[in-house]
Amino acid sequence: MLSYLAPVYFSFLYTQKQSIVHPPIIKTSCYHCSETCDDIVRADGKSFCCNGCKQVYLLLNENNLCNYYTLDKSPGIKSKGKFISERFAYLDDETIINKLIQFSSAEQVNVVFHLPQIHCSSCIFLLENLHKINEGIITSQSNFQKKEVFITYNPQAISLRKVVELLAFVGYEPAISLNDTVKKKPINFNRQQIYKIGIAGFCFSNIMMLSFPGYFSGGKIDEAGLKETFTWINLALSLPVLFFSASGIFISAWKGIRQKYLNIDAPIALAIVVTFTRSYYEIISGHGAGYLDSGTGIVFFLLIGRWFQNKTYDSFSFDRDYRSYFPLGTTIIKNGIEKNIPVTQLQKTNRIILRNEEMIPADSILIKGNAHIDYSFVSGENTPVEKKTGDVIYAGGKQKGGAIELEIIKEVSQSYITQLWNNEIFNSKKNEEKSFIHPWSRYFTLALFTIAFGTILFWWKYDSSKILPAVTAVLIVACPCSLLLSATFTYGNMLRIFGKNKLYLKNASVIEALAKVNAVVLDKTGTLTQNSPSLVSYEGTPLSPRELMAVKNMASQSAHPLSKMIAYSLKPEVETQNVQQFKEHAGKGLEATINNMHVKMGSADFINQFDPGIISYGTHTNVHVMVNNVHMGRFAVNNQYRDGIGDLAGNLYKEKFSTYVLSGDNDSEKEKLKNIFNKNTQLLFNQSPQQKLDFVKSIQQKDKNVLMLGDGLNDAGALMQSNVGIAVSDNTSQFSPACDAILDGDNVKLLDRFIAYAKSGKNIVRASFMLSILYNIAGLSFAVQGLLSPMVAAILMPLSSISIVLLVTALSSLSARIKGL
Amino acid sequence: MSVLIIIIGISILVATGFLIAFLWSAKSGQYDDDYTPSVRMLFDDSPAVSKKDDEEITTT
Repeated sequence: MLSYLAPVYFSFLYTQKQSIVHPPIIKTSCYHCSETCDDIVRADGKSFCCNGCKQVYLLLNENNLCNYYTLDKSPGIKSKGKFISERFAYLDDETIINKLIQFSSAEQVNVVFHLPQIHCSSCIFLLENLHKINEGIITSQSNFQKKEVFITYNPQAISLRKVVELLAFVGYEPAISLNDTVKKKPINFNRQQIYKIGIAGFCFSNIMMLSFPGYFSGGKIDEAGLKETFTWINLALSLPVLFFSASGIFISAWKGIRQKYLNIDAPIALAIVVTFTRSYYEIISGHGAGYLDSGTGIVFFLLIGRWFQNKTYDSFSFDRDYRSYFPLGTTIIKNGIEKNIPVTQLQKTNRIILRNEEMIPADSILIKGNAHIDYSFVSGENTPVEKKTGDVIYAGGKQKGGAIELEIIKEVSQSYITQLWNNEIFNSKKNEEKSFIHPWSRYFTLALFTIAFGTILFWWKYDSSKILPAVTAVLIVACPCSLLLSATFTYGNMLRIFGKNKLYLKNASVIEALAKVNAVVLDKTGTLTQNSPSLVSYEGTPLSPRELMAVKNMASQSAHPLSKMIAYSLKPEVETQNVQQFKEHAGKGLEATINNMHVKMGSADFINQFDPGIISYGTHTNVHVMVNNVHMGRFAVNNQYRDGIGDLAGNLYKEKFSTYVLSGDNDSEKEKLKNIFNKNTQLLFNQSPQQKLDFVKSIQQKDKNVLMLGDGLNDAGALMQSNVGIAVSDNTSQFSPACDAILDGDNVKLLDRFIAYAKSGKNIVRASFMLSILYNIAGLSFAVQGLLSPMVAAILMPLSSISIVLLVTALSSLSARIKGL
Repeated sequence: MSVLIIIIGISILVATGFLIAFLWSAKSGQYDDDYTPSVRMLFDDSPAVSKKDDEEITTT
């Protein structure tokens, strides 16, 4: 089969190589932050992506701290540059200083900052050597796990503001919240756990020691009163375990019951209560010594197990990384020059430009332009609200109409944007089917109680002395958490790995949807082709400078890939003109009145509808220009396909996906596309956004699970309709909550691997799910027979959870490596 | 045999002493951070090349 396909497959490669000439792109990564450099800044024979990074390097170099770069791989955090602005001016205020600092005297001030950026040993190195950079800092000590740094400084030599500015400059901007009183809780909580373990361990070991004589003499101790003394001491020792060490388990079980839900702690709490009350009854009534040794042992081992479990989870916590990678960009304007930056680097007072359909990344004030803000992302209400210059516009809205200029008044909140993405409104129909594990776990506790009850009945009949140990072991050994954990941890790790490969998924359920995909629909412009202004040329009646300005101004209102390429290809001019009556006809073209000129731009169809027959259909992707109803000429856009599209097409064919290419453009590229894709691929041209949506619907009705790859704006409808909609972005702010994932343009070629990886993920979840069921069956079957001591059960339970977590994380990372991700 | 009771009393007292020592160490924050110290001890105290020495090296 493979050898049969090989010639076809390689012929794609061959033709592709002939038809596409790649300009040599040498990518240099920044010595400091390891990001790819756009404009290289050099110093000391090393390259940096920006002046900020270079300055940080020079500062470290000057202070002999270049170990920072050798201790760990790519430790640097992209610098935002020096803060000349008044950003931290509030830290000069006496009352605010007093709120933040812990201790102050004339020579020394102690302060603790939370630095969310700490991520490797290099960070620790740099933060603990701050005194070498500034002599005003006396000591600095970091806490890696809490991501905190404790700094003492001399207030006569350096101010708090300067300390914060230094931290921010080297890339560790402290998260300062002025009501920091809440923050202290986690420390105490952590210590509480250690106290609980310590006390449980102490009581358990002493009870064991006092129970030994009983074990060896078969419960008969000759000397009068000695046995009673031992048991009463045991009783006294067990009280702190029951009331202090085990309190967390009881509280959690009670909270569950109050919400009418039996959680994992409910059976354990029941087992503890049963063991202890039975023992107290025996001791007080003088029947025997009870089971306090195993009772306290259960609590001790459970607490230790949970502590280990938490440690393991902490080192695998994913959510943070993947959210901080969130790939949203925006266009910032500085001294008349436009530049794309990630929204995370937006600062207060930055001016940004938003085009038609783009989203407002942070709360800001309207400076210029007619704003019609659509808040449907936030509220579901989709009538645009008109805003006047000077009005405050809140994050999450979407501009409808021409470009507007905004000034940022609040920093971007990533979590807010992620929240919008996961807003219920967009989850209405998709991803409804919950993970197949859910129904299982819901009935787990119920089934467990049934088994426990059955065990009681059985042993009641045959050997009533075994009732208590058997039931306790049953209640403790069963572990629903390993069932739940397998999915959470596999998908968590996969989200992280996808994120590393620049595919950002909305949530874990997208992985399950991705695994089911059997049809792939690709958009052409901006998805398969590259967006580069150098590929644009103009043919026709030469445009006067005034007309050129008008065209550029109009094109820059729109966020369509073609409009953007045209706008960037024209010489940058400072003068912006008043664009009136701007209208974007989705998938067709633009029109507006500028400087009393009526300008139209768009596809041949669009222009022809105003004056039929004046244009013949060309052989390129053309954007025609019409000024005052006179056809001037066209911008021909040379289609350059992205790297690796040929390979992708071949792989998709090999994996037996049905592939479709939809294009809003004319069929001039048909031959080229036919060469890249195999003959079974359906190619459709001149498709309007609505037709694309309908097409996706029609193949869905043929039992296809459709993956749609397109740009976030023009294909929004089709992305929403498809089972998995992936928006391709090239550092733009085309954020559309309608999509399920955002993919960086450079990695479109990895699409087939992404799907294969999602499929393997599902198998990993299945396998680990089976394994944890086996664990439970094995454990329960021993416990029911009374062969498992409750204490061993308490040791096994957390062990099984940890082993599942380790297994799925290792498997999903391994599978990613095999898939080449 | 009642000496056993005394010995057990003493043993529990000694154990309680260790428990208190443990709780004390936890309270003083010794268990708050069990990662950073392990990294910190690996950093070389970079030979205190003062800035002046550095300049001398580069200028000569």
